[in-house]
Amino acid sequence: MTENGGARTLFEKVWNAHTVRDQSDDAPAVLYVDLHLVHEVTSPQAFTMLRERGLKVRRPDLTIGTMDHSTPTTPRNDLGIIPIADAMAAKQLEVFTRNCDDFGIPMHALGDEHQGIVHVIGPEKGLTQPGMTIVCGDSHTSTHGAFGALAFGIGTSELGHVLATQTLLQNKPRTMAVNVEGKLGVGVTAKDIILAIIARIGIGGGTGHVIEYRGDAIRGLSMEGRMTVCNMSIEGGARAGMVAPDETTFEYIAGREHAPSGADWEAAVNRWRELPSDEGAVFDQEITLRADELGPMITFGTNPGMGMPITAPVPTPADEADASRRIALDKALTYMDLAPGQPLLGKAIDVVFLGSCTNSRISDLRLAADFVKGRKVAEGLRMMVVPGSQQVKRQAESEGLDEIFRQAGAEWREAGCSMCIAMNGDQLAPGQYAVSTSNRNFEGRQGKGGRTFLASPLTAAASAIAGAVADPRALMSSAL
Amino acid sequence: MDKLSHIEGSIVAIPVNDIDTDQIIPARFLKVTDKAGLGKAAFCDWRYLDDGETPNPDFILNDPAYAGASVLIAGDNFGCGSSREHAPWALLGAGFQAVVSTDFADIFRNNALKNGLLPIIVDAETQRQLFSLAEEDPSTTIRVDVESQTLTLPDGRGLHFPLDGFSKYCLLNGVDQLGYLLALDDEVRAYEASHPQRVATTA
Repeated sequence: MTENGGARTLFEKVWNAHTVRDQSDDAPAVLYVDLHLVHEVTSPQAFTMLRERGLKVRRPDLTIGTMDHSTPTTPRNDLGIIPIADAMAAKQLEVFTRNCDDFGIPMHALGDEHQGIVHVIGPEKGLTQPGMTIVCGDSHTSTHGAFGALAFGIGTSELGHVLATQTLLQNKPRTMAVNVEGKLGVGVTAKDIILAIIARIGIGGGTGHVIEYRGDAIRGLSMEGRMTVCNMSIEGGARAGMVAPDETTFEYIAGREHAPSGADWEAAVNRWRELPSDEGAVFDQEITLRADELGPMITFGTNPGMGMPITAPVPTPADEADASRRIALDKALTYMDLAPGQPLLGKAIDVVFLGSCTNSRISDLRLAADFVKGRKVAEGLRMMVVPGSQQVKRQAESEGLDEIFRQAGAEWREAGCSMCIAMNGDQLAPGQYAVSTSNRNFEGRQGKGGRTFLASPLTAAASAIAGAVADPRALMSSAL
Repeated sequence: MDKLSHIEGSIVAIPVNDIDTDQIIPARFLKVTDKAGLGKAAFCDWRYLDDGETPNPDFILNDPAYAGASVLIAGDNFGCGSSREHAPWALLGAGFQAVVSTDFADIFRNNALKNGLLPIIVDAETQRQLFSLAEEDPSTTIRVDVESQTLTLPDGRGLHFPLDGFSKYCLLNGVDQLGYLLALDDEVRAYEASHPQRVATTA
């Protein structure tokens, strides 16, 4: 299907290297899992199943836990402890601690020095490496594909399968090449690339596929930028997104806690160099975008496919020929309380959220901090800055970014998923508008009745200063 | 998982595209540590008014005429978004045995099949017809036969739907897939021996 005279894609190489048993007419392939990331929200029922059936975790040494989703991000108290106000969340975290203890899984508890969002800590610890298979009970596991790993989200039943057997039953997905050619303009980031891709293919456009992001605009991104792109593959319906490993990848991994060293490093890099798709490898689908034609992007509706250039007017449902799309657009604009044809630029907002597994890494914080430095968050606007991990937080503090944010009037918080998922106390009030660097703008995603505009960290920072949806390029050029 | 071979039940339609898992069950209900009682959270923010308790009279699942419906007819791309298996748990808890759409998000589809909730893919014309049938007559019932992969409309017309053989076997026999994987232990050991490169989390 995707083979051409033996030429193979990156995906096929990783897939083939992990099939314990090939797919047949009778059963899906059995895929070996190299790294299993677990967190408190989607794992409890899987551990219960293990106990009920008297099973052990087969490879605790290939498994790692962290607390992130239901954890508060409120500042530490005088004892250095992050208080947990929600009794249900506290119980869930307790259960998670017991599960990891009982089954011998290393785990980073709330507040420990490596705790953080599961998709931030894997790469920063050097656990995420090219050519691996990585799963987690979280759809944004696609993030790790930035390293040339095959990484995807699984449900709780599958989580139990991996805990018990280190394998998964999977039907082989199809492949999609997304080429992003040319050079990004000033003020345009990895987040804008992925929002433009999703706007193009639609929220279900990648269903059944693994995307490989290619082209010089992707090659030109840092690892953190590539993670932002791969992170939102699921918002285009694709379970996984991948980028071929290259010198940028190797440079990022080198020297990290779990990275190979010495002769092992050389051997690993040599293996990793074999991973990129072969010349002439065929994809089931292929699309191309021009990076130089992209500006900052923003979503206006209630799914991530409802995105547009920030300078564009909100679409008009009556112009939509397809009836079901017209109804969907109409419903979205009603929820968002936006008028057809209205510009989003200048639309007053209540909250800016800088964080999430999409955009909470050190480069995201630096970008936003550079922008707000010497400026003030608009009066009455709440800006939350939530580093993706304790390590990101420490790094940012060592660079004085926390002070820049505080002086601008933003909140500097503890690490976690925070307002991206709004199950931890961080949430919008009904009717509030937010510009958010997270990944989902579904109805109620950031709090019941809350309204989300997804955008880049730069656009978020510019909007925080303006108190309204703002194009970062306008303020950037005036500063020059 | 219980065996699932036939469904005969009434239908209810939510003709909305791209129904995401945050609508099926909002994240604030994910602080549980078991699967019980999630049915009341299904479509919570559509089903209840702002107080979270008063049923929204405009939402179809609150219409007594559709009480007891066991097959949900949904718009395109049902179940997009997160990996939460709480979504099929909530739908099953709310009394659904099957969801009909033109397409399902990958993770939702996998999760549904592992819990005996049948995702039935139909063409757009059939979907429209089912929307109309549900709207015109709340007592409309359909039949689903898993073995022959057939959905039978009230007029007697039978429609074939796709279902992979392995999932079908599991549904018909009420077995989960873990037993199959556990039985492959020798093959897994052989794989591990021939592919020694690992990154240990414990190192």
